[in-house]
Amino acid sequence: MSDMMKVSSNPHVRSSVTTSNIMMWVVIALLPAAGFGIYNFGIDALIILVLSVLSTVLTEFCYEKILNKKITVTDFSAVVTGLLLGMNLPCTAPWWLPIIGGIFAILVVKMLFGGLGQNFMNPALGARCFLLISFPALMTNFTTDTYTSATPLAALKAGEDVKVIDMIIGNIPGTIGETSMIAIVVGACILIMLGIIDLKIPGSYIISFVLFIILFGGHGLNGAYISAQLAGGGLMLGAFFMATDYVTCPITTKGKYIYGVFLGVLTGIFRVFGVSAEGVSYAIIIGNLIVPLIEKYTIPRAFGIRPVEKKEEKRA
Amino acid sequence: MAKLTFVGGVHPYEGKELSKDKPIKEILPKGDLVYPISQHIGAPAKPIVEKGDHVLVGQKIAEAAGFVSAPIYASVSGTVKGIEKRRLATGGMCDSIIIENDGLYEEGEMLPTKPLEELTTKEKIDLIREAGVVGMGGAGFPTAVKLSPKEPEKIEYVIANCSECEPYLTSDYRRMIEDPELLLSGLRIAVSLFPNARGILAIEDNKPDCIAKFRELTKDDDKIMVKALQTKYPEGAERMLIYACTKREINSSMLPADAGCIVDNVDTLCAISRAVMEGRPLMERIVTITGDAVTDPRNYKVRIGTNYRELLDDAGGFVKAPAKIISGGPMMGFALFDLDVPTTKTASALTCLTEDAVSAMEPSACINCAKCVDVCPERLIPKNLADDVENGQEEKFLAEYGMECCECGCCSYICPARRQLTQLIKGMRKIQLGKRKK
Repeated sequence: MSDMMKVSSNPHVRSSVTTSNIMMWVVIALLPAAGFGIYNFGIDALIILVLSVLSTVLTEFCYEKILNKKITVTDFSAVVTGLLLGMNLPCTAPWWLPIIGGIFAILVVKMLFGGLGQNFMNPALGARCFLLISFPALMTNFTTDTYTSATPLAALKAGEDVKVIDMIIGNIPGTIGETSMIAIVVGACILIMLGIIDLKIPGSYIISFVLFIILFGGHGLNGAYISAQLAGGGLMLGAFFMATDYVTCPITTKGKYIYGVFLGVLTGIFRVFGVSAEGVSYAIIIGNLIVPLIEKYTIPRAFGIRPVEKKEEKRA
Repeated sequence: MAKLTFVGGVHPYEGKELSKDKPIKEILPKGDLVYPISQHIGAPAKPIVEKGDHVLVGQKIAEAAGFVSAPIYASVSGTVKGIEKRRLATGGMCDSIIIENDGLYEEGEMLPTKPLEELTTKEKIDLIREAGVVGMGGAGFPTAVKLSPKEPEKIEYVIANCSECEPYLTSDYRRMIEDPELLLSGLRIAVSLFPNARGILAIEDNKPDCIAKFRELTKDDDKIMVKALQTKYPEGAERMLIYACTKREINSSMLPADAGCIVDNVDTLCAISRAVMEGRPLMERIVTITGDAVTDPRNYKVRIGTNYRELLDDAGGFVKAPAKIISGGPMMGFALFDLDVPTTKTASALTCLTEDAVSAMEPSACINCAKCVDVCPERLIPKNLADDVENGQEEKFLAEYGMECCECGCCSYICPARRQLTQLIKGMRKIQLGKRKK
């Protein structure tokens, strides 16, 4: 009996993709945008990113250690949250802001709801909104030695002109990680090529947002206005890295499109009719909340189950 | 032209190069042969020999015990040692007829047959039934039943399932390369049973030589078509295959005949040909012995009832200690804890792998990544179904089409959190199927 083999149910082979290497790739894909942030805003940005990553990872570690749970920081998901949070802060933020944000993100939004996979909203965005409400002045202070003007979106809202090319490259004031459309898209391409994310959500988000802006933005088909709206205010970062957050987006294919369109319209409403020029964070958070509803009504019909059959039943 | 396929599926490491180029080797069993009476779906066969009886090759040793059942034939000559419970590759125990091989391979009388032109449809089907032919791809559904649908005139396609999508397996491939005529004759016989049917050879495009060969062989035959399918698992699952070839969908409670199709596996069609043309009952099949733990992976023509260990010994035994031995392929096969099980009508391969990541794999939290949704060929939400099972929500499981699952294993294969999705769903399906029977 000593040579008995291990027995388990099929399948007997597994793909090499694991949660931690997916998360690691997300971190890698965020690096171009984060790197550009550091290049653009200097050492302050680096310090904020490091503090925010450290605080999310340590919070998760301590929480699990104290409650005697399995340590899960090696899955890199806390690193992703920390990095995203840091990239959503202005480089002028005081040192304690990323720390409070990190603790809030992990403790309140993630761990108290059951940890990885159980959080109902994106932890980094939850924390960002918490900080925006609590410390509005600190969160929207984009005045640095390099930039003294308002962010392009605020300028747009005030009716001023903006340089679209600067917005695309990223030479503009804003949060650390949101300014460079190019860097974000490069990172997104990495994830798309690896099959970690697809274009269902970002595509429907961006297209519906553009349609909304054309219809209700008041500038019609003005190319400069539309591109500025696209490039500014974290729309790209939100669409590719936060709306696609596995845990908080719908699991069904149809649901993904509905979710994307919902976010696009909501962002449009916030930007066009809202007080603030921004709207991505709030749109995604509200989107997160209706995900269970979307999922419930978008369960696909299984292979071979035809809607026709139901009609036939009714007739009979 | 876009390749024929279905939505979903995965592409695991193929592993076919291990045994792909090894010609089929005939192996004669040395030890006792074991014939489980249940080698097919349906009522177990009824033994008609007793301890001490002398049997010949091709002698019936158990008869069909109902319409959905199949007789079993001795594949060697020798003496019946007894009828006792033996372990099956699937793990369960089954009454089995044990025959001591006398090494003479004396042939008895085969089934009475006539030239093909003189046989009626009914006579052909009766021969197939009498020969004990069952689906040799793994399901073991009695072929004669499959070939007798209620309305034979509605059958438009007889699909030869030559896709062999399961990784590592090369037995069908070798059959096609070495004996294409046998397969074609089986397919032609199957097509001839239906007035309006045409034959389709559905071959995955990782076997371009087979596709070319059959295109050449059938170029003057307007009743047989060769279709190239995208190489993807589970392309050979009956429902996926029908969809790929005809774009018709059937659900789990429908039969292929409802879509005007009959699907038969390569070895099954070969068995059909031998039964009808030569009156030879089903006594042998092709088995691939493969995996990185095997010294000399190859394909064997095996007499049904031969012990797996004999095949493995002939393949040089283990070059490295195996961590897992699988009867069948790694996606849908059964893990063995012991090599002492017989090859049956449905045993396509023995895959011995040195790495067994699966048993020790610890599942982590689901991150809702939707990869299982993307790969599910049945368009289910495996994650939800597994949650339903874990939470004991049977009704939700049924409402979310849990019973449509074909247990292909794609969701477990792809899951980055290593959840046992297939296993959970499979367990619940078994419970529900058990309830239906009652």
